[in-house]
Amino acid sequence: MHWTEYLPPLMEGAWVTIQLTVYSTVLGAALAFAAGIGKLSSNWLIKAVSVAYIEVFRGTSLLVQLFWLYFALPIAGMAIGIDLRLPPVAAGVLALSLNIGAYGAEVVRGAIQSVHQDQHEAARALNFTPRQTLWNITIPQAIPEMMPSFGNLAVQNLKDTALVSLISLGDLAFRAEQIRNYTQDSTTIYSMLLVTYFGMALVLTAIMRSLEAYVGRWRTARS
Amino acid sequence: MTDDPIIKFDSVVKRFGDLTVLDELNFEVKKGEKVSIIGPSGSGKSTVLRILMTLEEINGGMVTVGGEPLWHEKAADGSLKPASEAHLRKMRVQLGMVFQQFNLFPHMTVLRNITEAPTKVLGLSKAEAKERAEELLELVGLADQASKYPHQLSGGQQQRVGIARALAMRPNVLLFDEPTSALDPELVGEVLNVIGKLAEEHDLTMLLVTHEMRFAREISDRVCFFDQGRIREEGAPEDLFTDPNEERTREFLKAVLD
Amino acid sequence: MLFGYEWDLSSPLAFAISILPILLTGMLVTIQATVLGFLVALVLGLVWAVLKGAPSRFIAWPAKVVTEFIRDTPLLVQLFFLYYVLPEYGIVLPAFMTGALALGIQYSAYTSEVYRAGLEAVGSDQREAARALNLSSARTFTHIIVPQAVPRIVPAMGNYLVSIMKDVPVLSVVTVLEMLNVAKIVGDRTFDYLVPLSMVGALYLIMTLVASTGVRLLDTWLPKQGIPLK
Repeated sequence: MHWTEYLPPLMEGAWVTIQLTVYSTVLGAALAFAAGIGKLSSNWLIKAVSVAYIEVFRGTSLLVQLFWLYFALPIAGMAIGIDLRLPPVAAGVLALSLNIGAYGAEVVRGAIQSVHQDQHEAARALNFTPRQTLWNITIPQAIPEMMPSFGNLAVQNLKDTALVSLISLGDLAFRAEQIRNYTQDSTTIYSMLLVTYFGMALVLTAIMRSLEAYVGRWRTARS
Repeated sequence: MTDDPIIKFDSVVKRFGDLTVLDELNFEVKKGEKVSIIGPSGSGKSTVLRILMTLEEINGGMVTVGGEPLWHEKAADGSLKPASEAHLRKMRVQLGMVFQQFNLFPHMTVLRNITEAPTKVLGLSKAEAKERAEELLELVGLADQASKYPHQLSGGQQQRVGIARALAMRPNVLLFDEPTSALDPELVGEVLNVIGKLAEEHDLTMLLVTHEMRFAREISDRVCFFDQGRIREEGAPEDLFTDPNEERTREFLKAVLD
Repeated sequence: MLFGYEWDLSSPLAFAISILPILLTGMLVTIQATVLGFLVALVLGLVWAVLKGAPSRFIAWPAKVVTEFIRDTPLLVQLFFLYYVLPEYGIVLPAFMTGALALGIQYSAYTSEVYRAGLEAVGSDQREAARALNLSSARTFTHIIVPQAVPRIVPAMGNYLVSIMKDVPVLSVVTVLEMLNVAKIVGDRTFDYLVPLSMVGALYLIMTLVASTGVRLLDTWLPKQGIPLK
């Protein structure tokens, strides 16, 4: 087999990888905001749930989480009489989002806390409610602060998607593994695989950079 | 100007840890009065404004604004209890503040800095808020800067936006916390001009903490000299500045005016 | 039966207790892989840092490209590459060694940045002051730069140690019997994944907690009085 013949199945897998990355990054970002804001909540229950979520998912391994959701959760479901069998794609997206969301939550919390006290005082003087202050003043200023770390996490997430091939989801790494089993042409196939991931990471980095410039456009240095 | 005090401090105590910043302070401002507070740094001048703006709690005494307790509210049995957030929100409507460091919202244009609170807090329509903001920008001489971001403006321009932002909430009392201290000397004049114009043309009650003695003398109905958490001396500007009674006042004025 | 230990399926608790020694055997492998991978990352990362800081562009630039490439590609794929491609060129390593090497290579891209950031944080004014005092370059490095860089480097390296530990389960794909792989095998044989996989999660929580506490203690113990760390 000529190496160009590897391209169609690899591209098919790459498309799955891209979808996984997009879904889990978006869902992960939502979880990151929920838990990051939740950790700063004055409500002890919300705070406890957020802290527990962050600590459990940062304190254990992604692959353990993925296997737990895919292999162990159905058994837990059986014990309580609910069908919790997840299709691989659901288990994959869920594990990736939960994992990246826990790391993202610490980024969100840090960025929110970095907004200067002056801004809170100005908001109070203008009689904003705490909720209005959070959503209109604090978070819009915290988002540009989060973006560099979010960019790194997105690339991390892209790399992590390779692990879902281990629960037989047909992503890029899975397709490559199939081709290798068939052709035994390890050097070519894995080189192509590495280059493809690298290319996708570069594109993702570029996207995150322009997003960063867009959300922080009010921060352009004084000319 | 009428004789009703719009602001009243009655034996107010404020402590930061072991440090007593306000030591049983008694202080009144009448409706429409322009009062300047001067004094050495650390004398508790800014704390008075921050207590009024509800940025600092008090540790004792009573503050009333418009005849109603600020940091207390009536409980069901008629006794006074510490103010709830709802009470503070109701009271804050009467007050506006101009900050030393401007504290503009960096992620909003000049126009949105001014319209944000009127739309979100007062419930004005976007069009009403914009109209009000444009009038105010005209007043502070920045009508052509509405679409810029704060970092694109000079410090003096930013502080004028800060004044417009506070005025947009139509407060009865406007608090100025050293509004020109963070400015380069050549930019102080434009901000003082705006404050002076406000003092002259509006019956707004103004409370100004400042180091600009000449300006305080020009615009104030009354000047208070603060020292060690109390008012050491107060009076009409011409009396206090030319012939102070207290030795401390004389020393202070000599030090800052020379 | 695994590693000579029988499991007891009479109740979840009995099951958990009976497989604990099996999982701990796996945990030992996890710790070994972590330590070895970390050592490789420390050494290789230093090499990258020196190359990236080389005065010649022809050295610095390729080093930057290579570390960027390593950083942007998945550990799993790098591991497969080493595991299947190296033998084609006559290099046959045990799976455990290949795994630890892959971990070390992946994290060397990160540790090289830690070294660089730590060294760069010691500003040029410090070097100038040392030159003004006529200290030799070697003495400047050992007495001025290193003592100021180390307190900056250690906490970040510690965090990567914990990250490496959490990436060890990836090695299961090349048959390394680390903790997750062992739990998976127990699950495959007993059809009960819930108990072993949950135990792995709990044991991981304990390991990361212990490791992060250790890093924090090391950090507080390091002499750093007067060194501005922000």
